[in-house]
Amino acid sequence: MKNLVAAMLSVVLFLTTAAARADLTIEITQGSDNPTAIAVVPLAWQGPGTAPEDVSLVVESDLLRSGQFSPVARADMLGMPSTQEEVFYRDWRALETEYLLIGKATPGPNAGLRVDYELFDVLRQTRVFSGYESGPASDARMLGHRVADKIYEHLTGVRGAFATRLLYVSVTRGGPGNKDYYRLTMSDSDGARPIVLLESREPLLAPAWAPDARQIAYVSFETGRPAIFRQDLATGQREQLTNFQGLNSAPAWSPDGKTMAMVLSKDGNPDIFLMDLATRQLTNITNNYAIETEPAWMPDGKALLFTSDRGGKPQIYRYDLANGATKRISFEGTYNARARVAQDGRNVVLVHQADGNFNIAVLDLVTNRMQVLTSTQLDESPSIAPNGSMVLYATKFGDRGILAAVSADGGAKFRLPSREGDVREPAWSPYLSAK
Amino acid sequence: MKHVSVAGKLVTLLLSAAFLVACSSSSTKEDEEAAAAAAAAAAAARAAQDAAASSASAADADRQRLMDAASAYGNVFYFAYDSSNLTPEAIGALDAHIAVLKTTNGNVRLEGHTDERGTREYNLALGERRANSVRDYMVLNGIANYRIEAISYGEERPLAYGSGEANWAQNRRVELVVAN
Repeated sequence: MKNLVAAMLSVVLFLTTAAARADLTIEITQGSDNPTAIAVVPLAWQGPGTAPEDVSLVVESDLLRSGQFSPVARADMLGMPSTQEEVFYRDWRALETEYLLIGKATPGPNAGLRVDYELFDVLRQTRVFSGYESGPASDARMLGHRVADKIYEHLTGVRGAFATRLLYVSVTRGGPGNKDYYRLTMSDSDGARPIVLLESREPLLAPAWAPDARQIAYVSFETGRPAIFRQDLATGQREQLTNFQGLNSAPAWSPDGKTMAMVLSKDGNPDIFLMDLATRQLTNITNNYAIETEPAWMPDGKALLFTSDRGGKPQIYRYDLANGATKRISFEGTYNARARVAQDGRNVVLVHQADGNFNIAVLDLVTNRMQVLTSTQLDESPSIAPNGSMVLYATKFGDRGILAAVSADGGAKFRLPSREGDVREPAWSPYLSAK
Repeated sequence: MKHVSVAGKLVTLLLSAAFLVACSSSSTKEDEEAAAAAAAAAAAARAAQDAAASSASAADADRQRLMDAASAYGNVFYFAYDSSNLTPEAIGALDAHIAVLKTTNGNVRLEGHTDERGTREYNLALGERRANSVRDYMVLNGIANYRIEAISYGEERPLAYGSGEANWAQNRRVELVVAN
């Protein structure tokens, strides 16, 4: 009874937008070797007054952050065309620009906004691509992300993942003798527009996305013990899924959304269980005296990866759902844990320890090659973009927890430090819409 | 929880007394009977209240003795990196706690913690291993399992912020907390 009351007092649920306390800012620390030069000309605003958002800046920042593009500075532009007739290729050749993106933003009915854009190949002097995006003006940044997705896909052949969201946990230290504040936050993929989904004085951890990106799951200690909750993003409605003795942690939705893998230690030590979300029936898939934790689904839903220290130190194992076969898949290094699998089913990002440091590495399941992507000391919680291009992770910068990102090839890096508190456990959403 | 159920019974008794009073209306004899019943119920309620108070004060005294033990012998037991083995210092302090627990009825909660190295989920498991290691030692030495709750916070609740062994060593711990 006491616990329930404490829980109600200690958790504050935010149904809609709430004060943004964990604004993230971006600092690019390393770019790729051969980025494509592109000029993103500010959109011509067709409405009264000024445009509700600098959508071009969103597009430009997205492309820059990918590490694969080097946008031309606005101050260097010799003109700001918004139609094909206004494009003078020689001006852009002079800036060694390979591509040129122009367009206009027009107010639509019902507080809507429409962005029309055209992409030109400066060397070939041709228009290569055009299109438009529309939506509520209040969601203008998302229109920018969608334009960036289209440009990225057209020029790299890979679907863009800018129009996605992030979940993360931010913590404000309570000071001596005081409990910390834990906040589960959702933002755009660039850290902008943070929304606090849940605030608690007890730990919040392990945020995870449902495959349809409409629900999330996480672990909350609000009852005085760890428990797995799921929460609907549109309604804010939440539901406690587990309340077992011991650990209730590491929720991971199956690709079909019907099953949740989780870690329970109700039988004495941590094991991986699968919960049928319709019937709540549990199936135990690991059962020994070691620590088994951090389940991650293969994209085809036919196998899971997990961490086990059954061999003495934590390593990654693969469990095949069809026949129950379990085999170790990581061998290089003394500590490999918390795997996350790219949508290609081939690249696995994980926490890898070598030389005393904890780094993010990518393990190629075909070649068995392990490539270390980061070089700081306490890197953890890797989460891979739905298109496999970037890996977001948590690290320490100075004395604070921050988020950082590295491209899957290790070429581009940026940091997303919070203006306040510690930030940790990023979870990159799936695509928000079917293609 | 014990207090809640005693209080609950008390409320039930008082309500039934009130119900009896309310039901009596017509004849004097019935009034007298009702008054007698109400008086009996009130007496029973007082007795229950006294019993609750005395058991509450006994429980409070037990809790106080356990808390005194916590401050006298220390309530934090430290561990080596990636280890859940009890150190000789921890065993010494635990033996003193066990002696006090054997002469009281109070319950304890063992909260396992780790340093920031390694993944959060693995550290939750490691923190639990540490709390269980303390629990198992207590059970092995005669403390009933039901009196102990083991829980892990992993690396979520450091005592010392910051990196380096000096901070990490303070965070690899199990805290003994006297339960309410």
